[in-house]
Amino acid sequence: MTVESTAATRKPRRSSKRAGAARTPKAPDEPQLVQLLTPEGERVEHPEYEVDLTPEELRGLYRDMVLTRRFDAEATSLQRQGELGLWASLLGQEAAQIGSGRALRDDDYVFPTYREHGVAWCRGVDPTNLLGMFRGVNHGGWDPNSNNFHLYTIVIGSQTLHATGYAMGIVKDGADSAVVAYFGDGASSQGDVAEAFTFSAVYNAPVVFFCQNNQWAISEPTEKQMRVPLYQRAQGFGFPGVRVDGNDVLACLAVTKSALERARRGEGPTLVEAYTYRMGAHTTSDDPTKYRTDDERQAWEAKDPIQRLKTYLEKQKFADEAFFTGLETESETLGKRVREAVRAMPDPDSLAMFENTHADGHALVDEERAQFAAYQASFADSDEEGN
Amino acid sequence: MAGKNMSIAKALNESLRKALDTDPKVLIMGEDVGKLGGVFRVTDGLHKDFGEDRVIDTPLAESGIVGTAIGLALRGYRPVVEIQFDGFVFPAYDQIVTQLAKMYARALGKIKLPVVVRIPYGGGIGAVEHHSESPEALFAHVAGLKVVSPSNASDAYWMMQQAIQSDDPVIFFEPKRRYWDKGEVDTDAIPHPLHKAKVAREGSDLTLAAYGPMVKVCLEAAAAAAEEGKSVEVLDLRSMSPIDFDSVQTSVEKTRRLVVVHEAPVFLGTGAEIAARITERCFYHLEAPVLRVGGYHVPYPPARLEDEYLPGLDRVLDAVDRSLAY
Ligand SMILES: Cc1ncc(C[n+]2csc(CCOP(=O)(O)OP(=O)(O)O)c2C)c(N)n1
Repeated sequence: MTVESTAATRKPRRSSKRAGAARTPKAPDEPQLVQLLTPEGERVEHPEYEVDLTPEELRGLYRDMVLTRRFDAEATSLQRQGELGLWASLLGQEAAQIGSGRALRDDDYVFPTYREHGVAWCRGVDPTNLLGMFRGVNHGGWDPNSNNFHLYTIVIGSQTLHATGYAMGIVKDGADSAVVAYFGDGASSQGDVAEAFTFSAVYNAPVVFFCQNNQWAISEPTEKQMRVPLYQRAQGFGFPGVRVDGNDVLACLAVTKSALERARRGEGPTLVEAYTYRMGAHTTSDDPTKYRTDDERQAWEAKDPIQRLKTYLEKQKFADEAFFTGLETESETLGKRVREAVRAMPDPDSLAMFENTHADGHALVDEERAQFAAYQASFADSDEEGN
Repeated sequence: MAGKNMSIAKALNESLRKALDTDPKVLIMGEDVGKLGGVFRVTDGLHKDFGEDRVIDTPLAESGIVGTAIGLALRGYRPVVEIQFDGFVFPAYDQIVTQLAKMYARALGKIKLPVVVRIPYGGGIGAVEHHSESPEALFAHVAGLKVVSPSNASDAYWMMQQAIQSDDPVIFFEPKRRYWDKGEVDTDAIPHPLHKAKVAREGSDLTLAAYGPMVKVCLEAAAAAAEEGKSVEVLDLRSMSPIDFDSVQTSVEKTRRLVVVHEAPVFLGTGAEIAARITERCFYHLEAPVLRVGGYHVPYPPARLEDEYLPGLDRVLDAVDRSLAY
């Protein structure tokens, strides 16, 4: 296990150590990555990254992953039942999201894509808030400042620039918080991501670019996005890139923490590539059987992020039967709460579409709102007459 | 410095200076805005006096400029970004349209996006391609944005103050061929509301409605028409989103004739919207159809042809005559 860090600022001591290490040519599906917990649930050491968690903390990470998966499954079935118009599942990416999400401090800020349900969970965003846009009652609908968790961004890559700008603001404020920008392997092809790399490097912005390489951008494999491993791209911009086992919650936590600390120390951005797999469809509208094989999925199932932590907890006797059954009950309760909340979610009032277009108002919007209200009222009148 | 005579560029500069001075959250960002003071020197001296933390030279990446300005606004700053020329706003158009314009609504009003995007726009300076365009209708069409353009130094000064103070994103189109036109600026005045039109010249026979660079042409046309005994009112719209239709209506109810003038292509432009709305509002007052004078539906032509493309005195007067002939 070699770290493939491309650190412009790394100490020579480390690179010489690495240079001396024997390098085995890497198989295309087995990248070299930072790992602390193997797929078999074995704890392993890494020369640069370390976590030291109590059994309780480890159970906490496990609980986060299980509940996030349960929430995600509930949302998927709610979509199947017609309660949501669409859902983007995070199945398989729980470790990447919980690991990175739990590395954050309260005053850090997150700029997500549309799939970061696990990160939202870590930020304390009520999961039912995430469903409004998928149900079609709003286009976001939460106050980003209440949990330092920005709105989901659909235009891929856009939010990496917002994250960078926000991080530039942190520097100006003299604060020591940091920002994490989430994006996908497909998004890495977008110009905005390259511009975000440039800006963050130039202004030394405390931002961690957390790319979940889940191998697919809808139907396009990573080979259609890049010719060099993603994390290596950071080198060209002048900051370190590191590839982490995205199905290893401990490694994701350790690597993100270290990148955040680096950012806080004023050493600028880091690109973290969490090498993982999207086990479900891209969204509920997608049919992955058209472009990928069962074998592939099964190979990744063997690396399931939740199962490996479970194995470890059991082996170490860090969790007993009561913990697991208790968690099952908690999952069911969460599922039920989400289901009920979604079903109870009212359609917005039709005049709501005129609200919040401008902070300072706009004459045309006011005029059209009045016209629309009058038009609607004309039906109310005729209803009354009909009665 | 109340009642000082200064160019539009200087008025903008003074206005930006005042904003930087009074609000520590105001930032200037863009390509060459720092040491050089911008290619039109609108930010001249600001870098020297406020430092590179406030007046920021950015990488050459328009999407990056607007995208990071959004992030800074989310952090509580009020960035004023400069897009060097009209034709180079398009790499940032995505950020402006999909992000800047919509974020306030998506957050149900819980966050503010006080970003000003300054764009020197329009032709008449003999530039190469992408340096003379008038894309204002593309922005005015997008809900969530406000779009304004001053035509004189006083408005340049005050409208910039108001744009920066606005909690909404404002696309601020600066008429680049008028940058050096001078006018009186009273920095102690009570400013005219940002989105309200102004009567630039009173008249009774016909209304010319224009904004930005074309206001001057319309004033010249009105002066020429006066020599022929025609009384032409000139309305400076100042804001393309929202458009102050009430003021246009008031003027048209008086003069009964309207010609809208802008540099941008006539097709699907600001003039089309005004013609449609005013026809609806003033149908029984109008003595003639609303006419439009503007650019053609072609790429902005090479400099040697721009005098043909841009509405000049003759084309405006011709439209005045056509309207009066009904
Ligand atoms: C600019 C843009 N182009 C296209 C799309 C449509 N689209 C939505 S998600 C997606 C794939 C994104 O893949 P990736 O970045 O790898 O993220 P993932 O969904 O796999 O997490 C595409 C093409 C979009 N949302 N935005």
